[in-house]
Amino acid sequence: MVFLDFENDIKELMEQLEKSRAIQEKGKVDVTKTIAELEDNINKARERIYAELTPWQHVQVSRHPDRPYALAHINALSNNTFIELHGDRTVKDDKAMVGGFGSIDGKTVMFIGQQKGINAKMRVYRNFGMANPEGYRKALRLMRLAEKFNKPIITFIDTPGAYPGIEAEERGQGEAIARNLIEMMQLKVPVICIVIGEGASGGALGIGIGDKVFMLENAWYSVISPESCSTILWRTRDQKEQAAAALKLTAADMLEHNLIDGIIPEPIGGAHSDHESTFQFVRKEVKKHLTRLSKMDAEERIEKRIAKFSAMGSFVEE
Amino acid sequence: MGWFKRIKGGITTSTQNKKETPEGLWHKCPGCKQVTPTAENEANLWVCAKCGHHQRIGSKEYFHILFDDGRFELFNEQIFSNDPLHFTDSRPYTERLEETCEKTGLHDAIRTAIGTADGEKLIVAAMDFNFIGGSMGSVVGEKLSRAIDRCIEENVPLMVISRSGGARMMEAAYSLMQMAKTSARLSLLSKKGIPYISLLTDPTTGGITASFAMLGDLNIAEPGALIGFAGPRVIKETIGKDLPKDFQTSEFVLEHGFLDKIVPRKELKPFIANMLRMLAS
Ligand SMILES: [Zn+2]
Repeated sequence: MVFLDFENDIKELMEQLEKSRAIQEKGKVDVTKTIAELEDNINKARERIYAELTPWQHVQVSRHPDRPYALAHINALSNNTFIELHGDRTVKDDKAMVGGFGSIDGKTVMFIGQQKGINAKMRVYRNFGMANPEGYRKALRLMRLAEKFNKPIITFIDTPGAYPGIEAEERGQGEAIARNLIEMMQLKVPVICIVIGEGASGGALGIGIGDKVFMLENAWYSVISPESCSTILWRTRDQKEQAAAALKLTAADMLEHNLIDGIIPEPIGGAHSDHESTFQFVRKEVKKHLTRLSKMDAEERIEKRIAKFSAMGSFVEE
Repeated sequence: MGWFKRIKGGITTSTQNKKETPEGLWHKCPGCKQVTPTAENEANLWVCAKCGHHQRIGSKEYFHILFDDGRFELFNEQIFSNDPLHFTDSRPYTERLEETCEKTGLHDAIRTAIGTADGEKLIVAAMDFNFIGGSMGSVVGEKLSRAIDRCIEENVPLMVISRSGGARMMEAAYSLMQMAKTSARLSLLSKKGIPYISLLTDPTTGGITASFAMLGDLNIAEPGALIGFAGPRVIKETIGKDLPKDFQTSEFVLEHGFLDKIVPRKELKPFIANMLRMLAS
């Protein structure tokens, strides 16, 4: 298990719990009561710590290596019916962006998401969840496919940003993202987007135009990462905590400013502490909104989608 | 809140008196160091006669270049940022805004105007780089959206002149969502079949490239402009290698298939007017 710096109390209690369980297994001493007490204390520590996370701590949780990534969500939500489809039909298959059909209670859905690697080797294979233009174009190809067969689309956003590389620029990273924004606005099928971890900048928004946009409770979403923001505005990486607060990047902040439609709760202790409960929370929200959105006609959905994004902004007029 | 009221009087007068070119009688080309009389530089549309370097001009100069007889109507001038996140880094965002307004005589990083170019009616939205790096916050998004809406209402073609480093960081996610907002409006313009010409100038990067700047029916650029999604410094740091020569220049971007044409400033107005006529006839 990986513990974050502010999870020290939980870590110590977990270590004690492990020792007690080992003693219990040997069978010489009965420590049932101690184990129950420790479990209770762990829950209390989790509740206490997670009730008041700072914005920077939310960012840490969103990047936790044990956090469920896009494919884990997709497999859970589709009950392992997911069939991955590859390639943008132009350049290659981007491993940082996955997509394909799967079904939710017998209804076919197009799933798309940015995928981070689950270990050191896979992290490189997935390019740390940073898609190239062909990733965005693959996503758009699959969204078009979904539209053709009238299937709703669910996207899972989890990226530290679109990849900044030479080939990415040569193949039009900006154009690829821009194209997705304008095309997604006019998709005739329902689109639900969920920020499940990191929602960094245009790279996140590139699959983020939906009728409903949700964030998991500990996810973050903004125009820049706190570290980069700190580097640019404070000229040092050390102000990342202050930058995280200033950017108002938490799910609660984003909802307060009407920049997302809702927050999907995570179990106490964060999604990494309990994948199954996380998936259940996501399933509940997705099913509810798929049903609602499917009842509207396409034109009405598009109109509302456009009106929602058009209303985003804050200014004064003389 | 309210900071714009304090300086409003100052702005409206200073806009009138503001000189669009650097003070003094001489201009030194940043490209070849050639020294030219300011009047001559202006007459040459702020392009170096010796090396062809296109200087970073603003909305005022483009309106002057494009619109017939220098006549045009500015609209939605009185929209100001209200610092929705109460953002403070080394100093408050409101202070930056106030100082930038005073220094530039502008209200934000884009101005929108309607007029005719060689008799062809069009709406031009031009960005000003000297306003916090031409960065896009809520005001830029709103003014561009309203310009697009006016194009739809009056069936007038749109031209956007981009010159921007990207997002207005002090407006964080509000800034990000302007990419979505402007794309939403452009999707409506496109459905109506109204022409949209996007001109990319030096520099056009970040969220601007990843939204409206790359969504023109025609994407054109001035020669030698820096155009890209990620900034060259970020890319260099990420890959740990030197970047190829001419990387992310207009010429590079055209060769890779993302620009329709590179149009020197002197040819801009006839090109636009001609293209609009061709699309209409
Ligand atoms: Zn020169």
